[in-house]
Amino acid sequence: MIRSTHLPLLITLATFVLAYALCASAYPAMLSWRVIANLLTDNAFLGIAAVGMTFVILSGGIDLSIGSVIAFTGVFLAVILRDTSIHPLVAFALVLTLTTGFGAAMGATIHYLEMPPFIVTLAGMFLARGAAYVLSTESVPITHEFYDTLQGLYWKVDGARFRLIGGLMVLTFLVGIITAHRTRFGQNVYALGGGEQAAKLMGVPVARTTIGIYAVSGGLAGLSGIVFSLYTSAGYSLATVGVELDAIAAVVIGGTLLTGGYGFVAGTFFGILIMGLIQTYIVFDGTLSSWWTKIVIGGLLFAFILLQKGLTWAAQKRAAQARRRTATGSAALS
Amino acid sequence: MKDTPTHPMPVLHARGISKFFPGTIALDDVDLRLMPGEVHALLGENGAGKSTLIKCLTGAYRRDAGTLMLDGQDVAPGSTADSQLLGIGTVYQEVNLLPNLTVAENLYLGRQPMRRGFIARRRMNAQARDVLAGYGLDIDPAEPLTAYSVAIQQVVAIARAVEMSGKVLILDEPTASLDRDEVQLLFGVIRQVKARGLAVVFITHFLDQVFEISDRATVLRNGRVVGECLLRDVTQRDVVTMMLGRQLEAQVKTRDTGRPGKTLLDIKGLGKRGMIAPFSLTIREGEVVGLAGLLGSGRTETANLIFGAVPADHGQVLLRGREIGLRNPRDAVAHRFALCPEDRKIDGIVGDLSVRDNIILALQARQGWMRPIPRAKIEEIAQSYVRALDIRLASLDMPIRLLSGGNQQKALLARWLATNPDFLILDEPTRGIDVGAHAEIIALIEQLRADGMALLVASSELEELVAYSTRVIVLRDREQVSELTGDQITPDNIINAIATEDAA
Ligand SMILES: Nc1ncnc2c1ncn2[C@@H]1O[C@H](COP(=O)(O)OP(=O)(O)OP(=O)(O)O)[C@@H](O)[C@H]1O
Ligand SMILES: [Mg+2]
Repeated sequence: MIRSTHLPLLITLATFVLAYALCASAYPAMLSWRVIANLLTDNAFLGIAAVGMTFVILSGGIDLSIGSVIAFTGVFLAVILRDTSIHPLVAFALVLTLTTGFGAAMGATIHYLEMPPFIVTLAGMFLARGAAYVLSTESVPITHEFYDTLQGLYWKVDGARFRLIGGLMVLTFLVGIITAHRTRFGQNVYALGGGEQAAKLMGVPVARTTIGIYAVSGGLAGLSGIVFSLYTSAGYSLATVGVELDAIAAVVIGGTLLTGGYGFVAGTFFGILIMGLIQTYIVFDGTLSSWWTKIVIGGLLFAFILLQKGLTWAAQKRAAQARRRTATGSAALS
Repeated sequence: MKDTPTHPMPVLHARGISKFFPGTIALDDVDLRLMPGEVHALLGENGAGKSTLIKCLTGAYRRDAGTLMLDGQDVAPGSTADSQLLGIGTVYQEVNLLPNLTVAENLYLGRQPMRRGFIARRRMNAQARDVLAGYGLDIDPAEPLTAYSVAIQQVVAIARAVEMSGKVLILDEPTASLDRDEVQLLFGVIRQVKARGLAVVFITHFLDQVFEISDRATVLRNGRVVGECLLRDVTQRDVVTMMLGRQLEAQVKTRDTGRPGKTLLDIKGLGKRGMIAPFSLTIREGEVVGLAGLLGSGRTETANLIFGAVPADHGQVLLRGREIGLRNPRDAVAHRFALCPEDRKIDGIVGDLSVRDNIILALQARQGWMRPIPRAKIEEIAQSYVRALDIRLASLDMPIRLLSGGNQQKALLARWLATNPDFLILDEPTRGIDVGAHAEIIALIEQLRADGMALLVASSELEELVAYSTRVIVLRDREQVSELTGDQITPDNIINAIATEDAA
């Protein structure tokens, strides 16, 4: 059964299908496995980070540190693989611990010092970016056989190469969807987004959940950084500036309410694909400036925010009507 | 061992509980003993500290002093989650469910049925349906909570607390938004819970309900316990005297009604499709028109329509013989109307603003924001209403959300009285207000009427309607079904009019 809360998700899905149909009618070549495979590969790092952002926004928060954490992760890996003989897997574990801990620390600050997430993660953004600069101001190339091995992993369909990192993103989304809807942690995230005070009175462990949410976001930004380093084979402290904003855009286009409480991880997946599709279209066209991507995404964002306003308004109206209906119903019933 | 069969051990024993807020001693050395299988009423005026005590017992507030024993064991719940684990289920005075979750998700938040480490949603919905059926609700638990009425939401909150309560069930003013029938349903549940040997704490300002369901009562005044008694040994009057610290004068019924003055408002066929059937009504100066009916019968809708909060789609309104347009509340306020709404949490208080600003809000809005009311004048108005309505507060500067529930309601009333309207609409003016203040508000309504104001008062408390109304309009299913005047106005007649089909 389709419920009203699923409507934004369906609209995102419809937008994607429509956008793809439009693209395909203009450039039939876009209707190929190659394009789909590239869509996944090119947007892998953004998608992974956006999963974390979805949890943060669902809980009513925001995480501005993502882009910096991704850059830091890249530089950290590049420097550590250049200067030491540590195996990349160990380096991955190390950097994931670091970024998860960093997120958890931001979550703890937000909760215990009762500071707005905007401010705390803004500080986190400068901190992580600064740390990346300290490690290296130049782009550091990564050359390691293990990286070559990982980059060489793919699954071939009709000449299209589905690479490891794209698969990792899809996996992250699947885990994210299950976590949001089928675990207590996920339910607590929604509860926080619905109202912290009520959630607290209902026994939601607010401290643990808040810390957990930002730890997940930090950890996924770390994973995104690893993926980005696999994608670019380098670490650069000036990379991925503003990626947090792209992630927020994907989440909103995916139908999640920016004020928290309502939305779906799956929506973000299609948000990412829609944004990727626009980029692909511009590449296919060849004459349009890449800035058009930004403009179209801006337009889309605006449209989706208007849509959400409209839907919230309609839902409130419907709820008020339903309330009037059921009020008489229940009065009659007993 | 002291606990002989005649003196069973308390399930919950709180000793020496104290709680301080800046400027207020909310609780001062309070003891509370809850016996197994008893319903224990917690009574006291608005601001006496009832809700604060509940929050200290359940870990929602950190207490400043005192110990807590559950089944003879020292316990120290540090959060509501802890107290739930200890088997204490609570419905707090504030609405405590989440609007963005479904009914079932709300019911089971924190203790969802799991299968192989994941929430078993289908089982959760099925269980929720069964549980709610036990409360006479046949609703789809997979729907969002907000799809249902406030009364149903309240039943869901109660069901959640009952499910949580292995030892103690605490209900802080659970009946404020329930109808008689729903209250009876709740009492049925309380009796079941009691029969299982749990202790139930019941907070309310309806003394009839207290005597109907409770065995014992603890009375608080100004944060201190003034007494504990078995209710079968005392009368309502005794309890009221304990609560107020003084005798409440017997209510003299003063419905002589003077002679109503000129017609103020003439409403002709006002209505809105799908919301309220067209109705006509004249209201004269110096007259109180009561609106009676069950929850959802259209009382609030009628009030909102006349105030322009919901624009009507047909009919007209004449004010002193001249037609006026009421497209929104601003128009109404400009015509010196005022509406004190039913749900203070939704359309009433501005929680973070000070009590002073909340009281002055409507008056300032009518004057226009360009012409600020002088500081001294604001102070004077706020002070005078705090005194007149006996609003208990530490200072006028405190954010209004920190006031006790009943005092928030009074401050809201003050806001609209401050505009000195010609026509005052009150929607459930005494909800959550204590007996002392209840009598004062009824006296106030009388006073305003005698001074020539026209009032329209919607209320679910029949005795109260009978006390102040010069006429009573009865609503059923969003339609006016009858009008009672003069000696016809008795609780029984109103009940009959509500219940009978075609009573008009
Ligand atoms: N967080 C807070 N900060 C400051 N003062 C508070 C706070 N919470 C409650 N108070 C004050 O403590 C006193 C007791 O309030 P409480 O809510 O316990 O009253 P109550 O007995 O439940 O009244 P009501 O019947 O109106 O609900 C009030 O004077 C209130 O203003
Ligand atoms: Mg209270």
